[in-house]
Amino acid sequence: MELPPFSEFLEEHRGTVYRFLMAAVGPHEADDCFQDTFVAALRAYPRLTDASRLDRWILRIASRKAIDHHRAAGRRAIPSDELPERPAVPNGQPEFDGDLRAAVSSLPPKQRVAVVHRHVLDRSYADVAEALGISEEAARANVYHGVKKLRELMA
Amino acid sequence: MNTKDLKKLGGGRESDRLAEVAASAVAAAAAEHGLLDVALGAFESPVGELLLAVTPRGLAYVAFEEEERDELLKRFSRLLSPRILEHAASTDEVRRQLDEYFAGERTSFELKLDRRLIRGIARDVLAATARVPFGRTTTYGALAERIGRPRASRAVGNALGSNPIPIVVPCHRVLRTGGDVGGYAGGPSRKRRLLTLEGSLPAARPR
Repeated sequence: MELPPFSEFLEEHRGTVYRFLMAAVGPHEADDCFQDTFVAALRAYPRLTDASRLDRWILRIASRKAIDHHRAAGRRAIPSDELPERPAVPNGQPEFDGDLRAAVSSLPPKQRVAVVHRHVLDRSYADVAEALGISEEAARANVYHGVKKLRELMA
Repeated sequence: MNTKDLKKLGGGRESDRLAEVAASAVAAAAAEHGLLDVALGAFESPVGELLLAVTPRGLAYVAFEEEERDELLKRFSRLLSPRILEHAASTDEVRRQLDEYFAGERTSFELKLDRRLIRGIARDVLAATARVPFGRTTTYGALAERIGRPRASRAVGNALGSNPIPIVVPCHRVLRTGGDVGGYAGGPSRKRRLLTLEGSLPAARPR
């Protein structure tokens, strides 16, 4: 299978990647992670030998960026006893979304990314495993523990 | 909490809009990192909208609006690089010179050209074509002679028809012997239009 022009590839996958990042790193950081993801993809693009399942490939890169981003943000963060700050609500979404977002961002990065792949993008556990470079059981465990923690936080 | 609630965090349709904006910024970042191998830009001209393809080596392609964009991009991907993005800023210099040309303020282009899309005999033919000055014309036969293939005027015609950089490499200045304008990849009416602009054809042509 022939590699499509990058412009076509970008157009096809931009929506999914953005949705993933919106949920995984939040609205304030989604743009930066989006740029990082596609610039990294562009760098490696001509060397790709398998043009099938480019969706998996770009989401693997986006997952790495989302996790790296979380680590970098963690190093910058000022220690605090308080719960993660609620992000500003841009266009009057119900409070509930803000709480849920804060709860998601409090999850350990792997759990958070696993939960987003599974429940925001509806991907299979095999795809979640592939995106994170872990086994399918580990993917199931990450999603399971992530959702369990969210239920506790949102109870 | 229902896991269905999580879906909303993806941003829904709003994310599609934001993704489109974010995607348009990727090209600038790519250019900054030296990762943009083929930059695309559009130019509104008196002969219709042109699609320009510029690489780090120079201008590689000028397409008339009828050319199938998907097919073109596939060809660039195969023959130049798959790192293709729209980035008008990378085509600014070409657009500026085209503007001047169509305004009658420029008679020759000073642009670097990427000749990778020119193959075989077309290399010689188009190199000779590039030396036909503004306001002058030549013929297929004369061009064939100039490249040392006097009996190859048909091959010369084909090579001109395959010119990937029309207007800038002025294949419109090559006419059929006897004065008929002959064929043109962009159609004979565009050829007449360009020749008129250059004063090689009278402005109001009697029919």
